Amino acid sequence: MPDRTVRVGSGQGFWGDWQEAPKLQVRRGPIDYLMLDYLAEITMSILQKQRERDPAFGYARDFVDLMIDLAPDLIARGIRVVSNAGGVNPEACRAALVERLREVETERPVRIAIVRGDDLMDRLDELLASGHELCNMESGEPLREVRERVTAANAYMGAGPILEALRQNADLVVTGRSTDTALTYAPLIHEFGWAADGWDHIASGVVAGHINECGAQASGGNTLFRWREVDLVEPGYPIIEASADGTFVVTKHPSLGGRVNWASVTEQLVYEMGDPSEYITPDCVADFSTIRLEDLGGDRVRVTGVKGRARPETLKVSIAYRAGYKATGTLTYAYPEANEKAAEADRVLRGRLDRLGLEFDEIRTEYVGAGACHGPLAGPPNPDVPEVELRVSVRGEDRSDVERFTRELAPLILAGPPSVTGFASGRPRVHDVMAYWPALIDRTVVERDVQVEVTEA
Amino acid sequence: MKVPLWRVAFARSGDKGDTANIGLIAYTEKVYSILVEDVTAERVKEHFKGICQGSVERYELANLRALNFLLHESLGGGGTVSLMLDAQGKTFGVALLRMEVDVPDDLVLEADHVSGWKPRAAPES
Repeated sequence: MPDRTVRVGSGQGFWGDWQEAPKLQVRRGPIDYLMLDYLAEITMSILQKQRERDPAFGYARDFVDLMIDLAPDLIARGIRVVSNAGGVNPEACRAALVERLREVETERPVRIAIVRGDDLMDRLDELLASGHELCNMESGEPLREVRERVTAANAYMGAGPILEALRQNADLVVTGRSTDTALTYAPLIHEFGWAADGWDHIASGVVAGHINECGAQASGGNTLFRWREVDLVEPGYPIIEASADGTFVVTKHPSLGGRVNWASVTEQLVYEMGDPSEYITPDCVADFSTIRLEDLGGDRVRVTGVKGRARPETLKVSIAYRAGYKATGTLTYAYPEANEKAAEADRVLRGRLDRLGLEFDEIRTEYVGAGACHGPLAGPPNPDVPEVELRVSVRGEDRSDVERFTRELAPLILAGPPSVTGFASGRPRVHDVMAYWPALIDRTVVERDVQVEVTEA
Repeated sequence: MKVPLWRVAFARSGDKGDTANIGLIAYTEKVYSILVEDVTAERVKEHFKGICQGSVERYELANLRALNFLLHESLGGGGTVSLMLDAQGKTFGVALLRMEVDVPDDLVLEADHVSGWKPRAAPES
C-alpha cells in the first residue's frame, strides 16, 4: 500500500500545556498516534524531588487524568499513545494508570508499556568508578566536581524501547527521559518498517518530531507571522501525516483554530536550533539544511528532501544538580516619575541588604515596562510611563540569606518611595536552583539495561 | 530605504542552556540574499552589546530563507540559574528585529505584501 499515511498528532508540548488539546486531537478528527511531551530539562529534577518526598510520585500526574478521560475513545478508535510522562518513575505512573482504569469501561483491556533504564541516578557512582567521567559538554569538567549535589541523571533514549513496546501491541507507551522527537518518529519507524540505518527516513521522522514537540508552536501559537489573523481560542495542534518514503504533510484538524502554513512550520523548525546540519538524536544525525517546504494551502505544508547521517555511538545524559537558592520580588510604582521611584526603591532595598550583611552570588534588578526584555536595545525609558514594575531577584548559596531577602520587599511599601502597589500575593517564595549538566555516555552502557514491560489493565 | 528588520523578516528565539538561539526568517528570497550579506554574526554581536557576553555564531538555511544565530553567554547562566525575566531568550527574536537594514524600496513593498504590514492608522482625536 504505497499511498498509506500514518497520522501522529501532537497533544502536549510541555508539562502544563493546554489540557484540552489532546482531547480535541482524539475527538475532532482522525489520528493514529497521539504523542505527548511532558519533559523539559528542569522537569526531571522537579519530579525527582517529588519522588523523594513520596515514592508513589515522580511522573506527570496530569497524564493519568488525561488517559482516564480518553481511554474509551483511544481503544474504540485504535489510537495509540506515546508519551514521556513516566518522568523519573514510570512504574508509579503505570500503577496509577492500572488503579484508575478500573473506573473506566473500555471495549477491551488497555495494554500499558513502560520503559525503564534511562534513569542513571542509582548507577552514578558505579559509572564514575568504572571510568565514565560524564564531563560537562560545555565546560569539560568531570562530574565528580558536583557529584554530591546531583539530584537527577537521565540518558536521552531514542526510538528503540518505544519500538519494542509498539511491537508488543501496547496502547499506551510510557517512557522516562525519551527524546521529544522519538515520541513522533518511533511510531513511523514501526508502521513503515524503516531500517535502523535508513538514515534519510529516520531524519525525516526527526524533523516531523521537531515540528510536533512544541505543540501549537507549529500551528499558529507564538507565531509572529500575521499573528492577528490567527484564532487561538481553540487551536488545532499539529498533525504529521507521514508516508512510507519519509515525506510528510503537517496539518491540523479543520474544525479547530490555529494555522498551519510555511511560516508557522518554518518558525518551529528554527526553534531551539543549534548547528542545523548537525541535529543529533540517538537514532540519526538529521540535516535541517536539506528540508524542503511546500505550502499546499488549506493548513497543509508538505515536507520533503530531508537527509540524515549515521547515529552517534553516545547518548546524551541530562544531569541536574543543586546550585543554591533564589527568589524574585516585585513592586509596582505609578506615574508620575514611576521610573525614578522604582530606581530609588531598588537603591533603598540594596542598601538594606548590604547593611544586613547578606551574601548573594548575584542581585539582578529589572524594570518591567521599561526595558526588562530588551535592555539597552529598548532605548531610553518613557519618562511618562503610567507605571513600572520593579523586579529584584537574588541568588545565593545560603538559603537563610535568600529567605531574609524575601522579607525586605514588603517594608518598602510604607518605608520606601511613594505611589507603590502590587504586593497582594505576599512574600516571595524561595526556590531551589537546579543547574544543568549535559554529558555524553557510551550508549551500550545504558542500552544493555533498558527494559520494556507490558501490562494489561 | 532604511527599515527595521521586522519590516522584511520575522523571527523565533529560544534557549539551550546559557545560549540563546534566534531563527531569522526573510519574507522573500531577495530579502534573504540581503540579510545574508548584512546581518552578519559581528553585527548581531554588536546589536546585543551588554546582553550577549560571549561569541555569536551564524548558520545559513537558504532552504528555509532563514539565518540561525547562536548568542553564547546571554541568558544569565540559563535554565533555573538565571535571574532574568526572559531567562529562556523568548523575546530575543523580536529584539533582533529592531536592527536597521538597508533594503531597496521595491523589496520592502514585496515584503509588506507577504507580511500584510500596513502603516498604523493615526488615532482619531
